[in-house]
Amino acid sequence: MKFNIFRFNPETDTKPYIQSYELPGVNPEMMLLDAILTLKKKDPTLGFRKSCREGVCGSDGMNVNGVNRLACVTRLSELSDPIELRPLPGLPVIRDLIIDMEQFYKQYRAVKPYLIGSEPEPEVERLQTPKQRELLDGLYECILCGCCSTACPSFWWNPDKFLGPAALLQASRFIEDSRDEATVERLEQLDDAYKLYRCHTIMNCVQVCPKELNPTKAIGRIKERMVQKKL
Amino acid sequence: MSLIRRKFDALIIGAGGGGLRAALQLSRADANVAVVSKVFPTRSHTVAAQGGVNAALANVLPDNWHWHMFDTVKGSDYLGDQDAIEYMCRVAPKLVYELEHYGVPFSRLDNGKIYQRAFGGQSQNFGEKQAARTCAAADRTGHAMLHALYQQNIRAKTHFFDEYFATDIIKNEDGVVLGAIIVSIQTGEAMLIEARTTLLATGGAGQIYRTNSNALINTGDGLGMVLRADIPLQDMEFVQFHPTGIAGIGMLITEGCRGEGGYLVNGDGERFMERYAPNAKDLASRDVVSRSIFLEVKEGRGCGPEKDYVLLKLDHLGADTIMKRLPGIRQSCITFLGIDPIKEPIPVYPTCHYFMGGIPTNRKGEVVMPVKDTPEETVPGLYAAGECACVSVHGANRLGGNSLLDIIVFGRAAANEMISYMKENQYRLPMDEKAVEKAMDRLHRWDRKGKGETVDGLKDDLKKVMEDYCGVYRTQELLDQGVIEMKKIRERLPNVYIEDFSRTFNTARIEALELENLVDVAMCTVVAAAARQESRGAHSRVDYPDRDDQKWMKHSLYFKKDDRMDYKPVRTKPLTVESFPPKERVY
Repeated sequence: MKFNIFRFNPETDTKPYIQSYELPGVNPEMMLLDAILTLKKKDPTLGFRKSCREGVCGSDGMNVNGVNRLACVTRLSELSDPIELRPLPGLPVIRDLIIDMEQFYKQYRAVKPYLIGSEPEPEVERLQTPKQRELLDGLYECILCGCCSTACPSFWWNPDKFLGPAALLQASRFIEDSRDEATVERLEQLDDAYKLYRCHTIMNCVQVCPKELNPTKAIGRIKERMVQKKL
Repeated sequence: MSLIRRKFDALIIGAGGGGLRAALQLSRADANVAVVSKVFPTRSHTVAAQGGVNAALANVLPDNWHWHMFDTVKGSDYLGDQDAIEYMCRVAPKLVYELEHYGVPFSRLDNGKIYQRAFGGQSQNFGEKQAARTCAAADRTGHAMLHALYQQNIRAKTHFFDEYFATDIIKNEDGVVLGAIIVSIQTGEAMLIEARTTLLATGGAGQIYRTNSNALINTGDGLGMVLRADIPLQDMEFVQFHPTGIAGIGMLITEGCRGEGGYLVNGDGERFMERYAPNAKDLASRDVVSRSIFLEVKEGRGCGPEKDYVLLKLDHLGADTIMKRLPGIRQSCITFLGIDPIKEPIPVYPTCHYFMGGIPTNRKGEVVMPVKDTPEETVPGLYAAGECACVSVHGANRLGGNSLLDIIVFGRAAANEMISYMKENQYRLPMDEKAVEKAMDRLHRWDRKGKGETVDGLKDDLKKVMEDYCGVYRTQELLDQGVIEMKKIRERLPNVYIEDFSRTFNTARIEALELENLVDVAMCTVVAAAARQESRGAHSRVDYPDRDDQKWMKHSLYFKKDDRMDYKPVRTKPLTVESFPPKERVY
């Protein structure tokens, strides 16, 4: 199997280039991350992030044959040969497949991703019915891998103004939480031509999310809430 | 090159649940706190914890902290310190409620309370019926907790050094810890963090075994740092093999599967745990279940063409339960095995999962070591919490659901102790420049050019040695040979070279630094295992099949210098209740 990998080291390269590697006789049932780790044994200069190997830490997001995915939960047999690996698009490249995610994290922090309440905390747990809790399913599982936001054309154009699918999914997670008391403030903060409304329901985010979450739907829910609030 | 220097009140190394819980406590107390993590905080290994966190909330079945304490002491095979265990079990409900207040999306019962499931080794009324003590957010409890704790730290404006690798703690000649050297992974620049208090929360070291459930980052960095600072590690021979790793890969399948009613079968279709643990069956302690699986396979009753695994059956639970309570497990099985557990059983085999041992601390999170005639003298300025620490609440075997509890309980306790230490010690001590220089020399060792072995080559051999000589079942012969083999590995370390000398995100250099830690941790594990001539908890000796309380009810301490072993007594006296004396451990 052939791998064409985006390489760039700012200390030695004036511009990025594609380096080809061969892994002859590789087991097609192998995960892509394991294949890249095998390549790294041959070429230890190859840079990429990795940690959990099972799709929960969100370290190894990369663009694989044109699609953003997590290398550790992508099977080689799902991919056509040659496999082309590039860094997640739209954010600055630090080195090889490693991008600078600060802008992505900044937008995440901007939605105040924590419960806000003014009521005193009870001595025990706050009650939440299974139905109320169900509203968080499909929202809280985000692993901040960045696959969605870096697949979103609106985020590519305005990464500083449009919050992007990951941050908006997170905003929805707190808006929908029955324990959060800041819904009105949250909606007011999002009521902005860029922050929320730059989503043009292109739905790339839904297509690429490795956790099968649906940021577009979450954004739709925020928009509905916005309308309800205005009425 | 001049070294960048930054000053903080508190330095926390590691941003898993333990580090973040401590950071939150310190930030809220207006301490100037720096959290250093080699990965972005939510990528820490706490994120992979599945089943849940133990607390006697009694939301599902009757429960109280004293029963939890009994189960934990028994689970530890009487090597746990009962003062620390009492403290942990008593404070557990309060801290789990607190997690709920932080926003953790726990699963809920119909009455709106936190959902709790049954887990291994849990009982009501001191060893009677099964209890349900594990508070869960589906099967993603670690993820839910880690993200909530990170989010609370964003709110508290904690200062993070993301993607910085800590190489060494700085200890002066009087034994006071003054901070640490860290390296920016992104720029390669070294920095000295001067701190009045330093907390190690660096997690485990599962990467010393080939088959493990751990993240690639679990390389025992804090453990290595401590050994290099002439501080011993405690009880390192006790390595937990989780019974249900995905066969051949090692990825974790939560004990929650059995808690929800799943069970194990062998190649004859027999529910074999009924033979090994007639009462608790599949919910016996992890060491017991792992050994049973090992024996079934060894005696030829495994499943599959090679008869090298057993099956975990969930298909009788119904799609509803699996989708609602175990959705992450289902996703993992589909991804890694092409199997849907709603329809088919899961092939499983024990996998290296957790280190009961670690940096010796007391129940306040202070690092302690023997000095002259005092067995537990504190190391001023140094604290440890979470998997890298050994309080010890887990003794020789940790109960499922007690590690997520350990990190929040002792992360918080250590932070509280740091706060009071800083009140009493208001002034910063001068930096020990000699110690700084020594740490920098060690770091620069990897700038050396030459031809020799590769990092990966030595790492692979190390993992093979640990698997071959220091696995689930151990003998003197195997372990002695293991010590010899590990010494050979250690002797090869100076001949390892890297080829990449760039500064920008040089992962080759970070992996070389990690390798040094792996070598120290593996060495310590096999030496401690060879010394302990009894079977207790996770340490199973074929040649010494029984627990020997007379001789061995004591904690081991390993010192890097001369690979020396020392011992100290178990704290059998709880804080307020009667001690649980050692009894035969049956499930």
